[in-house]
This record gives sequence, C-alpha cells and structure tokens, in this order.
Amino acid sequence: MSAAVQREDFDLSTEVAALCAGRSDVGAVCSFIGVVRDGPLTLEHYPAMTLKSLEQIASAAQTRFSLLNLRIIHRFGALEAGEQIVLAAVASRHRQAAFEAAAYIMDHLKSRAPFWKLEGGTWVQARESDALALRAWD
Amino acid sequence: MKIVTFAWVRTQTGEPEFDHTTEAQTVGELLTELISTRPNWAGLGERQAAIRCALDQTMAGPEASLKGVREVAFFPPVTGG
Repeated sequence: MSAAVQREDFDLSTEVAALCAGRSDVGAVCSFIGVVRDGPLTLEHYPAMTLKSLEQIASAAQTRFSLLNLRIIHRFGALEAGEQIVLAAVASRHRQAAFEAAAYIMDHLKSRAPFWKLEGGTWVQARESDALALRAWD
Repeated sequence: MKIVTFAWVRTQTGEPEFDHTTEAQTVGELLTELISTRPNWAGLGERQAAIRCALDQTMAGPEASLKGVREVAFFPPVTGG
C-alpha cells in the first residue's frame, strides 16, 4: 500500500504490475485515471499535508474493502490537456471490492486531499456533487 | 502559531505564510479576527463561509480548538482529482 505526490507522469502498466508482483491471491485489479480536461492548468497543493491525507484515504480504503494492495499517485504543477493527473489502483480477491474501493478513494480524494486547480488565471470552484458523493459513503 | 494559505485565500491576501499570536479559542474565531484586523484579509469577509481550514495538517471545522496547535491553514474547498 502506498501513495505518492509528484510532478512526474506515471505509467499504468508499471503501477499495476507492482501491485500484483509476487502475489498469487489477487483476483481483481481496478484502476482509475483522472485526466486534465480543457487544460492547461496548474495544480497547487499543501505539501506538509498532501501525502498524509492520501495515506489516510489509502489506509481507510484498505481496511474497509480488505484490499490486498493499492496505489494512489497525485500529480501537481503545470499540466496540459490530456495529461494524467491522478491514479487510484487497487488489488483485491474479488471484483466488487475493487470497483467500490476505486470509487471510494476518488470520492474521498476529491473532497479531502488539499489540491487546488488554477485554470486560465481562475481558481476552479469545488462542485457540490463532490461533497454529496463523499457523504454517500457514511 | 504559523498561518499558511492556499489557492484564492493566498492570492487574495498575498500572505502565503506568517507568524501570528492570538487569543482566539477556535479556528473560526481566528479567521474572523484575521479578516477584521489584517488589511489584506478584509476582502475575504464576504467569502468567509467558503473558507476551509486545517489544524496541524488535519482538516477541521470552525469550532475546532486552537489549543496546542502550531500550524493553521486556510484555503478554499479542494479541487484535486
């Protein structure tokens, strides 16, 4: 289980291979990639808090869905349209936990991880639907 | 304590980080104090309800106590992912 905050891009195949490496108990892998829509944009974050918040989300997801492994990567800095922003990849014994855990991680990350998008000189507004999605897990 | 700001709280105040001493008991009281006493923060008054906070890097509501807190962050609702 691990999380990372980085400027650099990531490679899905590499990350999924690492999730399953050396294991024979994985029956399902589910991954979500967030992509920059209508960029370019700049992603600001709160360095002292960001990794801690991603690790808390990862830990909660692992416990709730009995995950075998997971990986969260969130990028920051200047990003162009079409670039990958975020990865949530999970490995579990069965598919239902994998599907649900990926959604759980993204819904929590959207409302809890301290990132802010600056697009065309304007700070992007948070969406009410993101707060509702988070509450649905309570 | 140290105050840090992000996104439009940072750009509007022009104060990414500063040291501050306060008598405020809660983070909500602290925000009200900053808005009413620091000239650069006055413009945030009408958006005060939208401002979120973290105490020592953990999200907290306006009623949260400042006792023992070393770093207070103010920022808009997050928009990552």
